[in-house]
Amino acid sequence: MQHNRWSRWVAGVAMVSLIVMGCAKSSGGTPGPSAAGPSTGPVASGSAAPAGSPAVAAATCTGDGSKGEVKMMVNEWVGAAANVAVAQCLLQQMGYKVATSTLAEEIAWQGFQTGEVDVILENWGHPELEKKYIQTDKLAVDAGPMGVKGIIGWYVPKWMVDKYPDITDWNNLNKYADLFKTSESGDKGQFLGASPAFVQYDEALIANLKLNYKVVFSGSEAASITAFQEATKNQTPLIGYFYDPQWLLNEIELVQVKLPPWTEGCDADLKKVACDYPAYTLNKIVRTKWMDTAGDAATFIKNFKWANADQNAVADAITNKGMKELDAAKQWIDANPATWQAWIP
Amino acid sequence: MTAVGFRTGTLADPVAARRALVVALGVAAAIAYVVFRNQWTLPHNDDEPLFRTLNQVQDAVASNRTVLEPVRAGVAALIGVFDNIIASLGWPGIIGLAGAIGLAFGGAQLALLGMLGFASLGAIGLWDESMATLGMMLAAVVIALAIGLPLGVLAGRSNFVTAILSPILDVMQIMPTLAYLAPITLLFLIGATPSTIATLIFAMPAAIRITSLGIRNVSPTTVEAARSLGSTNAQILRKVQIPLARRAIGLAINQTIMLGLSMIVITGLIGAPGLGLTLSQGLSKGDVGSAFDSGIAIVILAIILDRLTFAAGEWMDPRVRAQIRRGGRWVAVGAPLAILGVGLAAPLFVDATAFPDAFAFSFRGPVNEFSDWLTGTFQGITLATKNVVTFGVINPLEGFLLSAPWWLVIAIVALIAATVSGRRPAIVATICLGLIVLLGLWEHSMETLTTVLVGTLLTLIVGVAIGVQTARHDRLRAVLRPILDAAQTLPAFVYLIPALALFSPTRFTAIVAAIIYAAPPVIRLVEVGIRTVPATVIEAATASGATRRQLLWKVQLPMSRYALLLAANQGIVMVLSMVVIGALVGAGALGFDVITGFAQGQHFGKGLAAGVAIVLLGIMLDRITQGAGSRRRTTMARAKAG
Repeated sequence: MQHNRWSRWVAGVAMVSLIVMGCAKSSGGTPGPSAAGPSTGPVASGSAAPAGSPAVAAATCTGDGSKGEVKMMVNEWVGAAANVAVAQCLLQQMGYKVATSTLAEEIAWQGFQTGEVDVILENWGHPELEKKYIQTDKLAVDAGPMGVKGIIGWYVPKWMVDKYPDITDWNNLNKYADLFKTSESGDKGQFLGASPAFVQYDEALIANLKLNYKVVFSGSEAASITAFQEATKNQTPLIGYFYDPQWLLNEIELVQVKLPPWTEGCDADLKKVACDYPAYTLNKIVRTKWMDTAGDAATFIKNFKWANADQNAVADAITNKGMKELDAAKQWIDANPATWQAWIP
Repeated sequence: MTAVGFRTGTLADPVAARRALVVALGVAAAIAYVVFRNQWTLPHNDDEPLFRTLNQVQDAVASNRTVLEPVRAGVAALIGVFDNIIASLGWPGIIGLAGAIGLAFGGAQLALLGMLGFASLGAIGLWDESMATLGMMLAAVVIALAIGLPLGVLAGRSNFVTAILSPILDVMQIMPTLAYLAPITLLFLIGATPSTIATLIFAMPAAIRITSLGIRNVSPTTVEAARSLGSTNAQILRKVQIPLARRAIGLAINQTIMLGLSMIVITGLIGAPGLGLTLSQGLSKGDVGSAFDSGIAIVILAIILDRLTFAAGEWMDPRVRAQIRRGGRWVAVGAPLAILGVGLAAPLFVDATAFPDAFAFSFRGPVNEFSDWLTGTFQGITLATKNVVTFGVINPLEGFLLSAPWWLVIAIVALIAATVSGRRPAIVATICLGLIVLLGLWEHSMETLTTVLVGTLLTLIVGVAIGVQTARHDRLRAVLRPILDAAQTLPAFVYLIPALALFSPTRFTAIVAAIIYAAPPVIRLVEVGIRTVPATVIEAATASGATRRQLLWKVQLPMSRYALLLAANQGIVMVLSMVVIGALVGAGALGFDVITGFAQGQHFGKGLAAGVAIVLLGIMLDRITQGAGSRRRTTMARAKAG
């Protein structure tokens, strides 16, 4: 009986002290998305970064974090992780604390409203979001192009172009429709649509160009990537939605099928569209209130600019060489001082 | 009055009369199909007025979001508290705490499991992510229990409360979690907070239901005895019902944690840090190996928390406690305290902020090699299987459902429901399908229904085949058990990439993923059903000369009919829960609509409607399979009485 009470006391005291410990710290720290950035390094946001931590990531990507905080959004794809890793490394060396969060594009823009997102380094178009957040609500500003050109289009594996050279002209696609038939597409050829998170209007294109194809949605980027990998490896026919920059293009070769070229206004009505996707000048979007107060970090972000080849190189190191994001960034930074030194204010 | 009377022309046998009616209606349906084919088929239209209305709702809610700010801030603060506790403890502290809890509640074996489990999380290199996940999950569980336990006690005492709560809990459990992600991000935006809220919504029904069951199971004679001694209601609650229901409450805590853990992967999609994120990052890199690492970390975390909380729940029962306690008072309390002390003191000697590298290992390399070998070797067979099943089963069924008029499909489903389960499920089915027509998602719902039905059929075939074998051979069961456990706990994301390579993005791939997830419980239920056939019956059959085959088909399977029906019911519900994940690998239809609604704001209305449609399909299928057993019994009883 007595023992029972005593052990209950001990347990009670232990729990209370744990809670007090937790609450005491939390009154000082900031709740919110914690820094599960691309690396498993010891740098955390919300609590002070410990000095002399054992080096898991590259040592010189750290700093004292005293000049302020930057909350960067990382898109789900590896190219975006490459952008953010390089920016994070340099910003941390400059003395800023960087917190990253991986989000869908649409949701990230909502973060401008709550202050949970300061910077989106790679934005693909989204005129409706720009209209709302930049022009109407003035919650964000366009911080200029990031240097990478985004190309979305219809792609086939290289072996198909070698075997059927005229397949790159959309006028010949009906001739080859039978090649692309699968169990999902019935009598028509299969066109592999992409993850629903991506802007795509291939069904309208197929209808308006009068092509004998059916869009089957892969449902996720992983599914599209695997499909193109298998098509290349096993030499099976495949045509689908893909894009540059993408780390897969460093691994296998895909060739774009030429649709009628894009002209101004041809994609104004997405039901009547009959032209290729426009080339995207990928730009950076920054939260207005952060931009006004962030000083050097804001200037750095405005200056950040690199080419498709740079991003693909870092993305390749992350996926095909299996490096951690910050390690891949460090490798690129060591090899390209001329490029990044221009960004530092 | 007997079946003999059939020949004289009077259909006195109600079973035969009903059978004749069903046949007649079936023939009428077939004729109607031939006549009205390809009319009234309701093709999908992205611009349904309902979707646009729901989009407007989205805008209205978005502008008034600030009302919920206190909720958001409160949850965020709680997550912060747990994160800080975990950070202050450091890795030695957490391992020490796990050891102490294990030793105190379950003995040395449990302590070792806890400590080694956490240590392996660090060794894999996912310590920080695991702790982030743990912090969010604990916050969700604490809130779920704080709301759920009192509600459960209330529901246990009051039938009225149960009646109100039951349908709400049903929806909370059937609705796929990805379906209510969009509304949650609409209300609470992004990050760890909405993830925690989504997790607690998913986990709370378990707490409520199990607690309610525990309170109701307290022996009524005990309660009456207490009442006759003059106790008030409050005293009965505090001193009789809750103490006696303590074990059930412990189980409720355990189940809430397990359900919370199954949400980890989903939380990765809305920006919550932790294992869910690393899992989906591995997926987007096409890296099965690193996805496997994250998946295994989730499984390990699940096992540790399951065993620790289950032991804690059992410990609340004094009889179990007496069995565990060994070595007297000082050892029983001192040993756990000693381990905890070592853990807390360790930061003085070791760096407590990052797990040491010395023990690092990873499954990445071997798993990637295995995956490459698998996809390289078996692709021919798997693609052939996919084509056979698709052209042979999926396409014909889908073709029929899509080409028949909608009212005819509803009539046929209602007829089947009435025949198999009775009047009420037929009414439920009609209402559910009618609502789906109103939602404007008929075509996609029929496509999803096809995949779910074929998936369930294949799951049942696999489940019964394996279940029968494990019922016969104990060794097979022992070998299969860890594999089945892994198939259920390991997040589907881990094996999606090899599945995609083997079957390409198709509906069949989604079915394969669903089978892997749904087969283990079906196997278990079939096995239990067959094993509980009374030994005397089996002996009687063998004594009359039945072969093993006859024994199986004529005795064991028919007598375990109710277990089989329960297996069918569970199979359907679990296959349905994989619908949205199936869309990630090419199943399209409703799951794809849900993900689109979540990823693109302009399709929010469609996504929400698709989520509701999935729930409606789930309720319809659940009611039909649940009622399947009872209807036959009432008919037979009525026939005998007549």
